[in-house]
Amino acid sequence: MKVFVKRDSSFREFEVPRYPSQTVLDVVTYIQRELDPTLAYRFACRVGMCGSCAMTVNGAPRWTCRTHVDKVALDGRLRIEPLRNLPVIRDLVTDMSAFFDKWAHAMGKFEGQRTRRDDFQRVRPDDEKRKQVDAAIECIGCAVCYSACDVARWNPDYLGPAALNRAWTLVMDERDKAHTERLRAVAGDAGCHSCHTHMSCTERCPKALSPTASIAGLKREVAKALLKGEF
Amino acid sequence: MSSRGETQLWLAQRVSAAVLALCVSVHLATVIYAVRGGLSAAEILGRTRGNGAWLAFYALFVLAASVHAPIGLRAVLTEWLRWRGASRDLFLLAFAVLLLFIGLRAVFAVFA
Repeated sequence: MKVFVKRDSSFREFEVPRYPSQTVLDVVTYIQRELDPTLAYRFACRVGMCGSCAMTVNGAPRWTCRTHVDKVALDGRLRIEPLRNLPVIRDLVTDMSAFFDKWAHAMGKFEGQRTRRDDFQRVRPDDEKRKQVDAAIECIGCAVCYSACDVARWNPDYLGPAALNRAWTLVMDERDKAHTERLRAVAGDAGCHSCHTHMSCTERCPKALSPTASIAGLKREVAKALLKGEF
Repeated sequence: MSSRGETQLWLAQRVSAAVLALCVSVHLATVIYAVRGGLSAAEILGRTRGNGAWLAFYALFVLAASVHAPIGLRAVLTEWLRWRGASRDLFLLAFAVLLLFIGLRAVFAVFA
């Protein structure tokens, strides 16, 4: 199989043997171990839990560890590039700082109301808000959505699907006390209103989440807050 | 712009879109109805001249378009030209006023 790997500004071609159930991460690992030990890439768990091995495979961002070569090879070829919309450190490794800084800008940190001396605050699993949280909470921060997002490409300040999705889980969390402040943080110049609902994030999310729905929820909550005079 | 301002623009965009959806439907239905058996300036003017209802309808249509188009153009200018700040918003305000002016001029021209 012919594999083209992006290194700096050009592609390097490698010939890699095929195996049954081979993943794209297996291919990259083979190249680094057998063909070119200088190739830089990132992975940790290999089983779709850590979210560190995401790359652009034949044009689409994916977890390489959970992507079988069979499913994505075009005419028996693979083209592997780093994630888009993030600065490349080397080869297939991107600098994720900006991505995670945006989680902080979107106030992605839980702000509890109680202290350790208080009892647990109970949240019913069938509560409507809790269901919204459930639908969005499983994000592991792999940046596949961010890499797939057109708005993130056009507007480098855009908070992006993952950070906004995280903010949505906290906006819907009744234990959180920073509600209005967080709505203000996500509604700024490059916040939830910048989303064009292209749904590339939802299309590509390996956890089958819908950041698009979360962002639409934020737009609704922000509009309600404005109409109620809370802004 | 502030979160409040962004949200106001978003709401204005949504509300004007709803108005436009209605106006475009009525406008297209009228066009389809009106062109049966040919179209003439006299026929159009016969319908609109001195008719307050059409004046109000098309004035609302123009107003909604003048609100909607500049807000959409704002995203295009930001994303494609990286144009931000007060100069962009002043340009868009001028664009909105221009749309309103030429639109209302046309509406009054077929009314008066």
